[in-house]
Amino acid sequence: MTVVIVCAAYVLASLGSDSRIPANIIPFLVAVIALFMGAHFAVRKLAPGADPILLPTVTLLNGLGYVVIAGLNEKLAAAQATWTAIGILGFVLTLWWVKRPRDLERYRYTFALVGIGLLLLPLIPGLGYDAGSGSKIWVKLGPINFQPGEIAKVALAIFFAAYLADQRELIATSQWKIGPLRLPHPKYLGPVLIAWGITLLVMFYQKDLGSSLLFFGLFLVMIWVATQRTSFLVIGGGLFAAGTVFAWRTLDHVKVRVDIWLDPWKTPSGDGYQIIQGMFAMAFGGLTGTGLGRGGDTRIPAAENDFIFAVIAEELGLAGGSLIIVAYLLVIGSGLRIAADTDQIFDKLLATGFTLLLGLQAFIIVAGVLRLLPLTGVALPFISYGGSSLVMNYVILALLLRISDQTSKRAMNRAAAEVAA
Amino acid sequence: MNRNIMKLGVVLVVLYVALFAKLNWIQVVDKNSLDSNPLNTAEVRRDFNRPRGTILTADGAVIAQSVANPDTSSEFKRMRVYPEGELFGQTTGYFSFRYGSSGLERQYNDELSGSTFDQQIEDFGDLFVARENIGNVSISLRKDIQETARTQLGNREGSVVALDPRTGAILGSWSWPSYDPNTVSSLDRTIAETSWKMLNAAPGVPMRAHFYQDRYFPGSTFKIVTSGIGLQTGKVTNTEPVYPFTNGYTPEGTNKPIMNFGGETCGGTLPEILRVSCNSSFAQMGAETIGAVDMVAGAGSFGFNATVPIDMPDPVKSVFPTNVGNNQAKLAMSSIGQNDVQATPLEMAMVAGAVANGGVIMKPHFLFEVRNVRGDVVSSYAPSKWLTPMSSSAAATLFDDMVGVAKGGTATGIAIQGCTVGGKTGTAQLGTDPPKSHTWIMGFAGPPGKPPTVAVAVVVLNQSGGSEATGGRIAAPIAKAVLQIALAAQGGC
Repeated sequence: MTVVIVCAAYVLASLGSDSRIPANIIPFLVAVIALFMGAHFAVRKLAPGADPILLPTVTLLNGLGYVVIAGLNEKLAAAQATWTAIGILGFVLTLWWVKRPRDLERYRYTFALVGIGLLLLPLIPGLGYDAGSGSKIWVKLGPINFQPGEIAKVALAIFFAAYLADQRELIATSQWKIGPLRLPHPKYLGPVLIAWGITLLVMFYQKDLGSSLLFFGLFLVMIWVATQRTSFLVIGGGLFAAGTVFAWRTLDHVKVRVDIWLDPWKTPSGDGYQIIQGMFAMAFGGLTGTGLGRGGDTRIPAAENDFIFAVIAEELGLAGGSLIIVAYLLVIGSGLRIAADTDQIFDKLLATGFTLLLGLQAFIIVAGVLRLLPLTGVALPFISYGGSSLVMNYVILALLLRISDQTSKRAMNRAAAEVAA
Repeated sequence: MNRNIMKLGVVLVVLYVALFAKLNWIQVVDKNSLDSNPLNTAEVRRDFNRPRGTILTADGAVIAQSVANPDTSSEFKRMRVYPEGELFGQTTGYFSFRYGSSGLERQYNDELSGSTFDQQIEDFGDLFVARENIGNVSISLRKDIQETARTQLGNREGSVVALDPRTGAILGSWSWPSYDPNTVSSLDRTIAETSWKMLNAAPGVPMRAHFYQDRYFPGSTFKIVTSGIGLQTGKVTNTEPVYPFTNGYTPEGTNKPIMNFGGETCGGTLPEILRVSCNSSFAQMGAETIGAVDMVAGAGSFGFNATVPIDMPDPVKSVFPTNVGNNQAKLAMSSIGQNDVQATPLEMAMVAGAVANGGVIMKPHFLFEVRNVRGDVVSSYAPSKWLTPMSSSAAATLFDDMVGVAKGGTATGIAIQGCTVGGKTGTAQLGTDPPKSHTWIMGFAGPPGKPPTVAVAVVVLNQSGGSEATGGRIAAPIAKAVLQIALAAQGGC
């Protein structure tokens, strides 16, 4: 169904941008159908009991993103198609390879080390570079450029989930009194705190504000869900507020972001240019949009990446923008249901963490584009142009479906046992 | 744990609802204000690749047109050119990919791009015929008048406005410094951006249409407004009151006299004090004879403190202070066009026009008519009244008085052989060391015994000298030349 929608959208977009049906329509159709059908059958075969909503929703997001990117830049579209294929391959491989999520639990420290190692990779001279966004988060290895941070996010989420699943009782019950504050004993929180601290420092040093924000939220929520102690949220929130004020006061690039957010009209052709053009584009889209392929605003810097939501909202209007929002809510809903349904603590935490990675990341960037929050450049999951992010999101999707499949398998076994008894 | 997961779900839903709300705000509630933001080029870009009509002057000069882009590899198939460059720059405005549009390009965008309701309806019949439905816009400006004004003003900062007082049609609107809209309308981003930056940093703000978007102290030209209010309220006639002959007037509540220029002694009846532009008498007329309430209301009836209904974007209001009720000194100063009184050159031309047109100010406008590509008139401008500050008899009296000033007063420099001409000079002093002033003249001209057909206002900024004669000496020759060429176009006197 979503495959049909994506194909129709692609044809419409081409019609919109140069009034002709794309010449490569047949191979495109075949490729799209083959890819997503492949993913679909892989799920059927490898994880038959998995949640039925996630994959079609993601197909829609990925497909729509591709169509919009194709309207902006043909070359990027070809690359994005390749990355989509690699992403789906990664998806199938993950499903095939990880039969039980618990298997991952054993390698928690490996994941932690790999995650931090990957984060540090761009800091090695000669390897890392800045792709023009002001953040040095890229790595060049031979012909391949990628953002190791995207992989690190997933690895560290696995580490957090594994560690917290193990130590949550201790963290929750241990007491460490400082005056009126009751904190968990640092002994039990140590490894997570270290991993988390290093991560934040590195991301901050790399000026990757969006990822810092995402990571902070991820850690805080996972520990809160694991220990069920609200004091963590309060303390974390306090730390966050203090950190934000500190960063805003002392760091120029943070101050610039906040100033643009508060009043982009002060520098309409300088720092505020991108966000203002984004708002113009969205306003121009209005209720129903200009039509696919007919927005394609070359004046918005990073239109195919950070600002792709603005382009969608221009081309498809409020209707299309709302569709994206609803689609992410579907992803969040499905992800959290998978987390709630499983009775394995690690699975539960992992599913929560992954859902949050997707849901919070989408929120952070869309809120930035809409000027609800200061703009911090992160990719819009499954939609934005970008290989590392897309592939890793497919890995996340595969693991979520794997957890979901395990849960329903266990439930079926239990039901069968009851019938037998 | 599941309770917390549920809570997390609720929080995320709330966050996403906030996104939805903000999206609605931008795309629906705030849409119009964002769309009409001058920095927004979305509509211009849409319009850029569509055909766009030509703008023509009354004497047939093409001042804006779309031509094929010589660079065929460009994403733009057409480019906008302004054959007359700076001569009409502030009136046509620019039509820029980067910076949106201004002036007539902005005002008549729908007509030029063929998207008005009338044009669309007409086009509906052409559903199966490939035809462009753009509109060519003819305006009332004349190239010969513009050129005369440019030559006369030279490289002095200032403005010239000429209009037909009977219809409100603007015949000339020249200001210096001006700019060439070809620069900021360039398809070459670098050219557009550098010229935009240069023009914004240039002294005198060349891109602002000074004749209706800048206001200056009107000085003694404002005495025509004071006279008009006096005549209209019946408090002043050509014989009453007779103002004392003195070299200064000291308003109540202050001991600082308002001096006549050079300490000269003047006074008498309205025609007499107008001829020599007597400060003491007009200060007394405003402060004592007319009073604050009628001065404020009267200035309003002449168009001060009101938005001019001109067919151009973002006009600036001319201002007369409204807080003069218990401040006789301020009221007296304001009555001679000093203190907080400021007027656009267009406003002063309309004041002269009111005197010439039996007390009626017509809505000022540029549009003459819009024609489609087949040459059929799609719409044409119908003149209409804006304000009626004076009765026809009050206007007739003031008309005679102003003719008197041009015959034997400070404005003799504007007189034209064989025509009926009226005028009033002004010298708004800016400083005394060294003496600097904005020099003004306003007036009207037409065939003898008939209503005048042209009204004019000229201001030349920052001239050295401060005497009443300064206005007559500097501004009058410009006004005279403009009146002559405008009258010649109408068939002479």
